[in-house]
Amino acid sequence: MEKITEVTRTLEFTSGQSVLELSYLVAAILFVLGLRMLSHPDTARKGNFWAAFGMILAIITTIVFYKDDQGNGIKNLGLIFGALLIGSVAGWIIARKIKMTAMPQLVSFFNGTGGAAAALISLREFPNIDPSLLSNHGMFNGQVLVILLGLFIGSVSFTGSMIAYGKLDDKIRDIRASFLKYVNIILLIIVIGFFVYIMSRGPVSPDKLMPVIYLLFTISLIYGVLFVMPIGGADMPVVISLLNSFTGIAAAMGGFLYHNDAMLLGGILVGSAGIILTILMCKAMNRSLLNVIIGTFGGGGVSVDREIGTIKEISVSDAAVLLSYTQRVVIVPGYGLAVAQAQHVCNDMVKLLEEKGVEVKFAIHPVAGRMPGHMNVLLAEAEVPYEKLVELDDINPELPKTDVVIIIGANDVVNPAAEDDPTSPIYGMPIIRAHTAKNVIVMKRGMGKGYAAIENLLFYADNTRMLFGNAKDTLQNLVAEIKSL
Amino acid sequence: MNSILEFFYLYKETIFIIALSIILGIVVISNVPAILHTPLMSGANAISGVIIIGAIILVGHADNTLTLILGLIGIVLATLNVVGGFVVTDRMLEMFKRKKQK
Repeated sequence: MEKITEVTRTLEFTSGQSVLELSYLVAAILFVLGLRMLSHPDTARKGNFWAAFGMILAIITTIVFYKDDQGNGIKNLGLIFGALLIGSVAGWIIARKIKMTAMPQLVSFFNGTGGAAAALISLREFPNIDPSLLSNHGMFNGQVLVILLGLFIGSVSFTGSMIAYGKLDDKIRDIRASFLKYVNIILLIIVIGFFVYIMSRGPVSPDKLMPVIYLLFTISLIYGVLFVMPIGGADMPVVISLLNSFTGIAAAMGGFLYHNDAMLLGGILVGSAGIILTILMCKAMNRSLLNVIIGTFGGGGVSVDREIGTIKEISVSDAAVLLSYTQRVVIVPGYGLAVAQAQHVCNDMVKLLEEKGVEVKFAIHPVAGRMPGHMNVLLAEAEVPYEKLVELDDINPELPKTDVVIIIGANDVVNPAAEDDPTSPIYGMPIIRAHTAKNVIVMKRGMGKGYAAIENLLFYADNTRMLFGNAKDTLQNLVAEIKSL
Repeated sequence: MNSILEFFYLYKETIFIIALSIILGIVVISNVPAILHTPLMSGANAISGVIIIGAIILVGHADNTLTLILGLIGIVLATLNVVGGFVVTDRMLEMFKRKKQK
């Protein structure tokens, strides 16, 4: 039985142990290089491959060479291979079969499974703690704290990711009750109370503490649900990135527990990179992380009694004429494009317009869709050339010279309230200034509000025309009309 | 206070690795273009599946049925995270590559 004691641990040299540690070193280096290569478009795919190779190496050498302090190797090999096979086949099939639009929730789902594994390990390793660790430590007991943190963070990551998955998949609705904020703070205080109680319990057999550990496990799972529940709308990408970071930290706690440097480094690497990515996303929305976590995107904003003008529709044939006889067109894609799977037909329209001598570009808002880079991935699938995708800061100065802006299923990222209405929940978020263009065509399923549930004055502007319907159908009709011109 | 210092001393190498890994994580993903945010998040997510090693060790020395069952569930879940994560990331990046060849 593995005892978690550093003091008595003496690593005797065996060639197997040495090969194992060496392979962990190689795996850790491959994780770092892989992540580095993933940050550059040219090397990204190779980076992913090398990181995966490092992982396979670490898994195989663990199975072959791992020995615990008593020199026992890995038992239950048949069952382990069975579990690996089930997980691999299921993971492969899910990852291959899922539609491109469901990518954000899929990342969230896989993240949750990792968190669950981390929580289960802490849960079942706690009874294996050396009882001597539970005594003579006063208030602080690092080794026990590491296990408890792994349990807590892993559990939160698990249920939190599953709720985020459900929300993005439209299976779970937002619950915007402000009292949840206080419930969450109370739960967090209770969790810290548990930590202090378990650490300062004094000499006791770990088995005696198991009921308390299961209680802590349950509360952690509930906390994960309630943590994500009130966070809604445009903030979901940030939450997934944060939970991704959590899973990394939980894995690192496991690494600490097993003196496993590959787990430790891999986990911490993901933990810190995830936090940085989260902060980058928050910056893109001009909000603080704290604001995302405790603040809730509510309704509000433009009040109902204010005069907001009228909605003006445009027919498909008029839109086709308008688009065919202009110089500059900018397309602003949003989640509606992804939902309707309209990226291919959208590219068809772009090609048609270009044949007619129209210059077409795409304006990509950093948080358009449900995840940063969501639109890039989607348009890349439709083989839209990379150079056509222009980022927020570069496209905005060009918009006043643009003849037609087509907004396809985007809403909050073009809402002028972010610039001129201090009472709006999205006030201060950088937007694509579509309202500065000469003409705006908005493709939308209906007059429903965006994910942040706020009114968009752009739809009522004098130079805006609405084209209602499913984005794919509308674009197909539009393509047919442009062809017949 | 003394127990914190004692803990640090016992685990100083580990804490060194943690501190340097944090900095490494920050440096490694700096200057990432927005276009790669989603694949990067997905790839990092797959790396966090390294917890699978812990699950294998747990099952490898399991001495009761409950630990064995929960450990095996842990392996299945962690494998989902690893395999699913890397395959999905590759699928996303495949699209960038196809477009590059044109």
